[in-house]
Amino acid sequence: MMETTLTINGESITATVEPRTTLADFLREQRRLTGIHLGCEHGVCGACTIMVDGEPVRSCILYAVSCDGAHIQTIEGSDTDPVIVALQASFTAHHGLQCGYCTPAMLFTARDIVTRLPDADEDRVRLELAGNICRCTGYAGIVRAIMAVLHDRRAKNE
Amino acid sequence: MKAAKFDYTKTNDVAEALSVLTAEDGDSKVLAGSQSLGPMMNLRLARPDRLIDIRALDALKAVTQAPDHLFVGALVTHAAIEDGILPDVTRGMIQHVAAGIAYRAVRNRGTIGGSLVHADPAGDWPAALRALGAQIVIDGPAGTREAAIDTFQLGAFTVALEEDEIVRGVRVPALSGSARWGYHKICRKPGEFAESIGAYVCDPESGIARLVLAATEDAPLQLDTAAAAIAQNDGAKFDLDAARMALTETGETFDPFKLRMHAVALHRAVAQAYGA
Ligand SMILES: Cc1cc2nc3c(=O)[nH]c(=O)nc-3n(C[C@H](O)[C@H](O)[C@H](O)COP(=O)(O)OP(=O)(O)OC[C@H]3O[C@@H](n4cnc5c(N)ncnc54)[C@H](O)[C@@H]3O)c2cc1C
Repeated sequence: MMETTLTINGESITATVEPRTTLADFLREQRRLTGIHLGCEHGVCGACTIMVDGEPVRSCILYAVSCDGAHIQTIEGSDTDPVIVALQASFTAHHGLQCGYCTPAMLFTARDIVTRLPDADEDRVRLELAGNICRCTGYAGIVRAIMAVLHDRRAKNE
Repeated sequence: MKAAKFDYTKTNDVAEALSVLTAEDGDSKVLAGSQSLGPMMNLRLARPDRLIDIRALDALKAVTQAPDHLFVGALVTHAAIEDGILPDVTRGMIQHVAAGIAYRAVRNRGTIGGSLVHADPAGDWPAALRALGAQIVIDGPAGTREAAIDTFQLGAFTVALEEDEIVRGVRVPALSGSARWGYHKICRKPGEFAESIGAYVCDPESGIARLVLAATEDAPLQLDTAAAAIAQNDGAKFDLDAARMALTETGETFDPFKLRMHAVALHRAVAQAYGA
């Protein structure tokens, strides 16, 4: 067991974890942040994507101890993140989800697209979404939702 | 699945990392971005007794430019290279390659050094840096040594690195203004490991011409005779038949489907280099 300190959704947390515990398992099981979802557990499906130090990463293939000192943002701590809030509204409006399993991670990837690639067109959005699997929507609603936020941000010059 | 039990050490000192690697009890592995080792350990294809986290080793994060090359520290991420924050000495080649590796969330953590040492037959850096003729800089108990990439990867997931050595970084040769490159991956889905990779680099100023095929079941394959002919003819005669012929001449055997796919990857890489 090892002591690890992380800033989780703005709160500094020191916890004791086994080195083999992944960041996803630590956050889900010790912190009850169950908006993190596990699919493949080898980095392919994207369902566990959260923000570490401001960037989307796979939490299923990182060990919690190796993230000591990092700032973590999960969907539970995103109500004050205006980009996530705008994306959530857009996902609702454009039918960007059905079962919801992929959604929290999809929102973080969408956040990365609209902030890092403000000029992205639909093809680019689809390319960037290749790392997040959705088995309900066929992606059409997700792509529309992200495009709508991109247009909105361009109009507002954000 | 979940990883088996292991001990974990983090250090910001290269000498300490090397000494932990040589510890006698059990086998130790270094942990960089965790983007290959993480999956391997979750699947229990790897079960090291001890991990030495090297992400705090500043010596492995350096990026330095010399007249004839760019040194890229082992811990530099694919995302950093994709974003073009490194000086461009390859006329955009390494930036292009980085952007095509996996997905952004993976590129944010995965490192160039980790990719070289993991040595996946379909890995992008082993293929691209082979075409560029890079040099690997390695730290060990006796000091620092350099190895040509041509002899570094011995096979699938196997490299010529001693148990007590770590990769410090890689020297990427600078291309001249008249150099050309092409890099083509065949994937069913963007970001997936490729089914075939063709890479071509030619620099008339230094006389270098390298054609590389990767995503076979082995280390990348270098097709020197074909590369020399392509450079001489400015790519003109390298059609699909020529690509197939070049593959057959390597003496390797490919089934008809693979042969066709590899020929297409090589052909498209060369066509890209000559703007065709
Ligand atoms: C879903 C997914 C898709 C992917 N798709 C691709 C792809 O299309 N193309 C591609 O090329 N890669 C792909 N990758 C792999 C990715 O590029 C990894 O980042 C890379 O292979 C390993 O880098 P890492 O820093 O994560 O290394 P780690 O996983 O931390 O380590 C990998 C291996 O290298 C060793 N190692 C790491 N750094 C050093 C060092 N400095 N010195 C000595 N040994 C070291 C470790 O001990 C371990 O054996 C993919 C990964 C995932 C999860």
